[in-house]
Amino acid sequence: MSTNKILFDRVSKTFPVRASRRSQAGAVTALDRVTLGVRDGEFLVVVGPSGCGKSTLLDLLGGLSKPSGGQVLVDGEAVVGPGLDRGIVFQQYALLPWRTAAGNVAFGLEAKGVPRAERADLVAYHLELVGLSGFADRHPHELSGGMKQRVAIARSLAYDPDILLMDEPFAALDAQTRDSLQDELVRIWQATGKTIVFITHGIDEAVHLGQRVAVMTSRPGRIKQVIDIDLGDRAVEDVRSTDAFRHHRHQIWTLLRDEVRAAQSAERPAAPAPAPGRSRRWARYGTSTVGRTAGTGPDGGRIPAVPGADADRAAPAVARHEEARVG
Amino acid sequence: MVDIAERPRLAATAAATAATDAAPRLPRRLLGLGGRVLHRTAALLTLALVWETAPRLGLVDRVFLPPLSEVLLGWTALLRSGQLAEHVGASLTRSLTGLGLAVLTAIPLGLLIGWYRPLAELLSPLLEVFRNTAALALLPVFVLILGLGETSKIALVLYACSWPILLNTIAGVKGVDPLLIRSARSMGLNHLRLFQKVILPAAVPTIFTGVRLAGAYSILVLVAAEMVGAKAGLGYLINYAQYNFAIPDMYAGIITISAIGLVVNQLLVAVERRFSTWRVDVSAS
Repeated sequence: MSTNKILFDRVSKTFPVRASRRSQAGAVTALDRVTLGVRDGEFLVVVGPSGCGKSTLLDLLGGLSKPSGGQVLVDGEAVVGPGLDRGIVFQQYALLPWRTAAGNVAFGLEAKGVPRAERADLVAYHLELVGLSGFADRHPHELSGGMKQRVAIARSLAYDPDILLMDEPFAALDAQTRDSLQDELVRIWQATGKTIVFITHGIDEAVHLGQRVAVMTSRPGRIKQVIDIDLGDRAVEDVRSTDAFRHHRHQIWTLLRDEVRAAQSAERPAAPAPAPGRSRRWARYGTSTVGRTAGTGPDGGRIPAVPGADADRAAPAVARHEEARVG
Repeated sequence: MVDIAERPRLAATAAATAATDAAPRLPRRLLGLGGRVLHRTAALLTLALVWETAPRLGLVDRVFLPPLSEVLLGWTALLRSGQLAEHVGASLTRSLTGLGLAVLTAIPLGLLIGWYRPLAELLSPLLEVFRNTAALALLPVFVLILGLGETSKIALVLYACSWPILLNTIAGVKGVDPLLIRSARSMGLNHLRLFQKVILPAAVPTIFTGVRLAGAYSILVLVAAEMVGAKAGLGYLINYAQYNFAIPDMYAGIITISAIGLVVNQLLVAVERRFSTWRVDVSAS
């Protein structure tokens, strides 16, 4: 226990649901007795099907909501609210649009109460760290999505939290930007030694970034399995095409496949046969995770009639694309 | 009511005819800039032209609608005699005082209502009732309670200006992106700091839209208020001139009010733009 920087100790979270025409008032269990430890300085990725409670997990850790059962411990102490020892990076950047890049980075420092004189140096240092030194005076609307997320990362790093919580931070970015930011994040993590908890629904991203990957079940969210990622020498030019990478990706993909199916049948319990809408949902999931793995860009033409059949076909297709790219 | 509905249609047809007439006559190289300037002023110029010629041609009774040139002569006479400055000064003092007081009271009140839900729930039925009561309908009440002097007029302007400012301030506070609030909360900001550093700056553009609307209202209701028991002011000038059959003076007063309304609005638009560059740019991109 003492080796854990963060510990989710049988954490449950339920949300009340208002009564509607179709269902009675009740509660949805988002998280069900989740137990998960994160070591100091570790890069842990949480991956799971959509709606499995990944973000709820992060909210609880950030102190933005309270667990319905169990407790979240940081350094052995229960989390009772937000704090500057944990920094959150959101998918939608959450930059203040009326402040410049430098002003946004300074925002966290103001919250921390850093004296004005020390702020300028810290801001400059952290903008430099994320490679945005020349953009200090730009407003968010003058920056690209990737730059905005760099500013958001710099803001969270500037007030020097022990733990960085990242909620699908690269999901809204294009593939090239995402790849380069992933590399940079690994570099920043190695340089700063922060403990990082990274939420994603991308298998590729999980394998690339994580030292360990926690795979969650569909609702109610539980930890299905925690996988140690060993990619060997990360300095390989194209780490994504190594055997180890492919092995881990397939491992997680297999674990997730059943959960995605479960999530879908939970969403549409009454549907007797795979409806068109349902298979389209599946295809979307396929392109966003498995399809993207192949690195072939949009793969929208492949909308299967039977979801299961697609799942079985997708794996060899991925392998084919991968081979083509490597060779 | 009829003339309000009629006006845009008249202006539109006037602009259209002016544009088609002018186009072949102008050399091509002037079409670029000149065309645009003409396009923008064509409707106004047409109005001036019609105003000047219609009475002269006997289309309307020139006693009731003197040609524009006579009105402008009357206007310069008023300006020379110093009467115009006196009336404008009286009107502007009242409307700016009322507007200023409205800004000082309605913005803090709106911030409170927007921020504290219980207060909003308590006050919103009351606000709905007053908001939908025409300010001018309350003029007799103000006169009864506050007398015929300056107080009742300023109070009426204050009342009329408060609503757009109040409602926009509430909307501005409520419309702040929840993600920004979450993000700031995650950094452990307390309520006061959150308000000061996130809610208030985010609401400023919306608040200024309210102030701009209030600027227009302040002149609209003031003129009406000045027509009842005032001894100076543009509303009084118009009313008094009509009463004494000094028709060009009456129109001079009306033109002055339009001009002031335009200037005030343009000033407030400029201020609004300054305070909300980030929002304007976001919506443009």
